[in-house]
Amino acid sequence: MLDAKDITVSYGARAILHGVAFTAKPRQITAIVGPNGSGKTTLLRALTGECRFGGRITLNGTDISRAKPWELSSVRGVLPQAIALAFPFNVAEVVRIGLQRGLEAQERGLISRALERVGLTGFADRLYQDLSGGEQQRVQLARVLVQVWHPVRDGQPRWLFLDEPVSSLDIGHQLQVMNIARDYADQGGGVVAVMHDLNLTAMFADQIALISKGRCLKQGTPEAVMQNALLGDAYHCNLRVNTAPVQGAYLLPHTASLTVEERG
Amino acid sequence: MADLVVHAGLQAPGSRANGARLLTLLLLVALVGASLMSLAIGASGTSLWRAFNDLVSGQSLSLRDQVVLWDIRVPRTVLGVLVGASLAMSGAVLQGLFRNPLADPGIVGVSSGAGLGAISAIVLGSFLPAVLAERLGYYLVPVAAFLGGWASTLVLYGISTRKGRTSVGTMLLAGIALGALTGALSGIMVYVADDQQLRDLTFWGMGSLAGATWTKVIAATPLIMVAMLGTPFLARALNGLSLGEASAAHIGIPVQRMKRLAILAVAAATGASVAVSGGIGFVGIVVPHLLRLMVGPDHRYLLINSGLLGAALLLIADVISRTIIAPAELPIGIVTATLGGPFFLWILLRQRGLVDM
Repeated sequence: MLDAKDITVSYGARAILHGVAFTAKPRQITAIVGPNGSGKTTLLRALTGECRFGGRITLNGTDISRAKPWELSSVRGVLPQAIALAFPFNVAEVVRIGLQRGLEAQERGLISRALERVGLTGFADRLYQDLSGGEQQRVQLARVLVQVWHPVRDGQPRWLFLDEPVSSLDIGHQLQVMNIARDYADQGGGVVAVMHDLNLTAMFADQIALISKGRCLKQGTPEAVMQNALLGDAYHCNLRVNTAPVQGAYLLPHTASLTVEERG
Repeated sequence: MADLVVHAGLQAPGSRANGARLLTLLLLVALVGASLMSLAIGASGTSLWRAFNDLVSGQSLSLRDQVVLWDIRVPRTVLGVLVGASLAMSGAVLQGLFRNPLADPGIVGVSSGAGLGAISAIVLGSFLPAVLAERLGYYLVPVAAFLGGWASTLVLYGISTRKGRTSVGTMLLAGIALGALTGALSGIMVYVADDQQLRDLTFWGMGSLAGATWTKVIAATPLIMVAMLGTPFLARALNGLSLGEASAAHIGIPVQRMKRLAILAVAAATGASVAVSGGIGFVGIVVPHLLRLMVGPDHRYLLINSGLLGAALLLIADVISRTIIAPAELPIGIVTATLGGPFFLWILLRQRGLVDM
């Protein structure tokens, strides 16, 4: 369980988040959506302990501002938006950086499996800096997966925090990455993802938090959040939410139209 | 997803680890070879082989051979190993810390900060309370150099790094400014120095292993050993830091503490080296860069291999410096700059994509 209460974040004199409440449960994908500059990424930074915040955040019952880096790293991995490396690491070496202490014996298997999972089998020897943005993003996802490979450990759920994980991916790889998140949740882990694409969010998220101007307008199921008025308010434009006629079909987004997949 | 398949083979796919380990062995052999060469070659006619034969056959060495070997060549070789290893390892650590292959103690002002510390100790040492000066003894100059290097590294990091990102431009410019400032302060020290101190400064500032004595070896060893023994523990943190500070923290690295340790290690190794050999440039930039080209940037191997290659290269440069115009000596700083300067330019060109190699 991830529980954030009354989160405030300021950069200098400018307040970014004004008392946001946010919760995420294991076995679910919880998406954070909102317009540009609304504070989505800042909220994720607070949730991962990357920036100073006011309020209280607990992950699996532990207050994250009191936890040691290695205590947090054993229960959650964080995928940032983009990472440029200073040195010519190859793909396998980048993935290996995520490996936690004590797992060196499983190194070979873990790295291969993680690369296979993100569809980069055969890329191990390639230099990271020579890959496309989308491929780099998936290498970093493999690194995060290696860090918290088992979604549940010692009876505790582990967590993936993903900052726009599909931002530079084509549609096929978008679905692949979201399915990795889905599987992780289905096996008992928790996933918190900042998302840009509302269609994809509606397809995959169990819970959506809609952030606007540093406040959480609503957190709830896709059906509860994907409301014309609510989205229109947040994004300052007229939006009409459609429901996909056929379950499982993915409609390419077109102007001012959204699809919501009906669940159960 | 949860079950792990153990794959056949000795290492993970893509791993350059075996190559790096093999290279460590080769570099050890090279270092032994370079050490023997450094012991065997010199301006005097003393032959290592003859001395060895004499010793094996139970004869005592001539006084001349004893002095040449034991009082001149052995301390010089030991000092070369210590200084070469610590300069190269400092370069590798500094580059990992700044996430930039151009960071080098000489280029970014750490060496000149250490130099200012050393010069201040030589000139102002007499003003220290007698008790303290007596306690520090030989170690006064190395400790002062360490403090100078440490202060300049802290200032440099504070100026050029914001939110975990180091601006290369700011780093190099801040290095120039720091170098100029410490140079000016050093100049003032030279100005107020008396004749005896000037003599000390001149010998010190030659950037050379020529003045190697056992006293210097003893003075430099503690700081350098602490730095060298501690440095391998930074490997995992430096690998993590190459993702940026935020991601390093996310994978469980205590970033702030590791940064402080890295800065201390660099300052100790650079400070001690500068204190006993003056400024010897380019070892710290050339050695790690070559090794990254050969076996990749994984710091678990890069740091150790840098130490070995740095030591071997400095010994070879030293042999060149004392044989090329024998019986006179070319300061070793000139040799390393002649070889390292063009190499540095080549790295710059490569980074601009102008040289395709």
